[in-house]
Amino acid sequence: MKTLGDITRKIRSKNAGPFSLTIDVFCFDQYGYNKVRKILTPEKISELYKISQDEIKKFLIPKLHIIKITIPRPEIQGSFFDRDLHGASFSIILEELVIH
Amino acid sequence: MTAKVLIPSGALGITYSKTALKDGLKKNPDIIVIDGGSTDSGPAYLGQGISKYSRSTTKAEWKTLMEARASLKIPLVIGSAGTCGTNSSVDWFLEITQELAKELGQRPKIAVLRCSQSKTTIKDALKKGLLKPLQYAPPITEERIQSCTNIVGLAGVEQITKAINTGADIIIAGRSTDASLIASYPILNGVEEGIAWHGGKIGECGAFCSTNPKTGVILISFEKKGFTVEPMEKDAQATPDSVAAHMVYENSDPFILREPGGCLDVESAFYEKINERSVHVTGSKWIDEKEYSIKLEGAYVAGYQNVSIVLIRDKKYVEHIDAWTNQIKEKAKTLISQTLGLEAKNYQIQFRLIGKNATLGNLETNINVSCEIGVLGIVTAQSPNDAEEIGKILNPLLLHHSLFEKGELPTFAFPFSPPSFNAGAKYEFCLNHAINLKDPMDIFQLEEY
Repeated sequence: MKTLGDITRKIRSKNAGPFSLTIDVFCFDQYGYNKVRKILTPEKISELYKISQDEIKKFLIPKLHIIKITIPRPEIQGSFFDRDLHGASFSIILEELVIH
Repeated sequence: MTAKVLIPSGALGITYSKTALKDGLKKNPDIIVIDGGSTDSGPAYLGQGISKYSRSTTKAEWKTLMEARASLKIPLVIGSAGTCGTNSSVDWFLEITQELAKELGQRPKIAVLRCSQSKTTIKDALKKGLLKPLQYAPPITEERIQSCTNIVGLAGVEQITKAINTGADIIIAGRSTDASLIASYPILNGVEEGIAWHGGKIGECGAFCSTNPKTGVILISFEKKGFTVEPMEKDAQATPDSVAAHMVYENSDPFILREPGGCLDVESAFYEKINERSVHVTGSKWIDEKEYSIKLEGAYVAGYQNVSIVLIRDKKYVEHIDAWTNQIKEKAKTLISQTLGLEAKNYQIQFRLIGKNATLGNLETNINVSCEIGVLGIVTAQSPNDAEEIGKILNPLLLHHSLFEKGELPTFAFPFSPPSFNAGAKYEFCLNHAINLKDPMDIFQLEEY
């Protein structure tokens, strides 16, 4: 059983200001990049992060084999229900995603 | 024409390599620039108008930079001084600087750029339709603006260059965008705006754009149509990939960066390796916005908190932890209503289960409970007294609540005494808006000391 973390170089999530969360997926090569690109559909991101599909922004940087996803922060940084001020743990949801 | 900007690290307070700084000074930079803050550590710093870093580390790191500045007789700039960049944090930073100047026998000319905003100005702007919501901005009302304890405007190149033009030796700027601090001096010296801003973004986190991010110090050498990035620590390298990849870091968009007065567009930027350690960048563009605007940040008090931690090691309770916390909530609700006379809408009790899903909450997919669970109880109420009272009402329940009708009363583990403590005011961010300005200095003030 493989996860997305196993087939990528690094997956990182960070705040992009208090209201946005941005997730950077660094792939090893062109092959991996093409594969991951197909896995990370708006449907999948919406399901994993419980946000509506039209709020998801996806950027492709083929030269660097990076896929970048920006979403509204699941909770505004530091608000009542926020559990992670710096937002770095949200990447784990993608890292542990089982792939087929 | 050239402009060499030395950046000691991504933020004052996180340390930098002193040998790398020395090597950087040997390159004869024209200016030393360091960022002092961010919103990244949460709303409490802006809410209170205080620094995240200790006064002693701030003073120690700033001392070395003041000595470096004096040795080369070049300007030294700090932006977002004291983390949040309010007037109070700028004053704190100014006091440290004046104290150090005395201790070092220096008499620097100091310019201070103030970025705190009056609520009246921002409310007027809202009424006149001069506030524009930025990406994922929460709705804003006059009442919410009025409730803010601090509002700051983010200075950009227009304000920072004004401060540099005073001829000051040291510039202490309140809240500013990271990239503008680095971009200002090159723009003053004729470097194309797109190039200067791009160099500013790449250099904002110091050596983060290199293969050894921890070393801190980098030098960016600007010419009219390009810039060169060179880390100063010998074992760090800038590579076309490490530099280009920095455009994705903490940016919501990897190609377009919104800044005061316009946007940086790096879609057609070209990154070229010029030697083992350095990268040359060209092709970045700047797009002016039609109406000049800068971004606002604000924080307000959303309540007062009291926090408890109790450790559950009994298997029967670990297995039924949700039932246990739900029953405690229900019991507490009745007690709070009977004794404090508060209805549920006037306070909030959250239990976060450390060892189960405390980090990701309802997004957690990998629930695999261990032999113990830490229950973090967070009470939020409308006054410090209510928060403390509710925390104390919860205490005997957290200590002894039993899931079973029969049997002995259980006793759970409190790791502290007192087992609950007041966390004070709970601040929240509320503004993610830009404000249109006729003149970039309309809502910023420049002072000289």
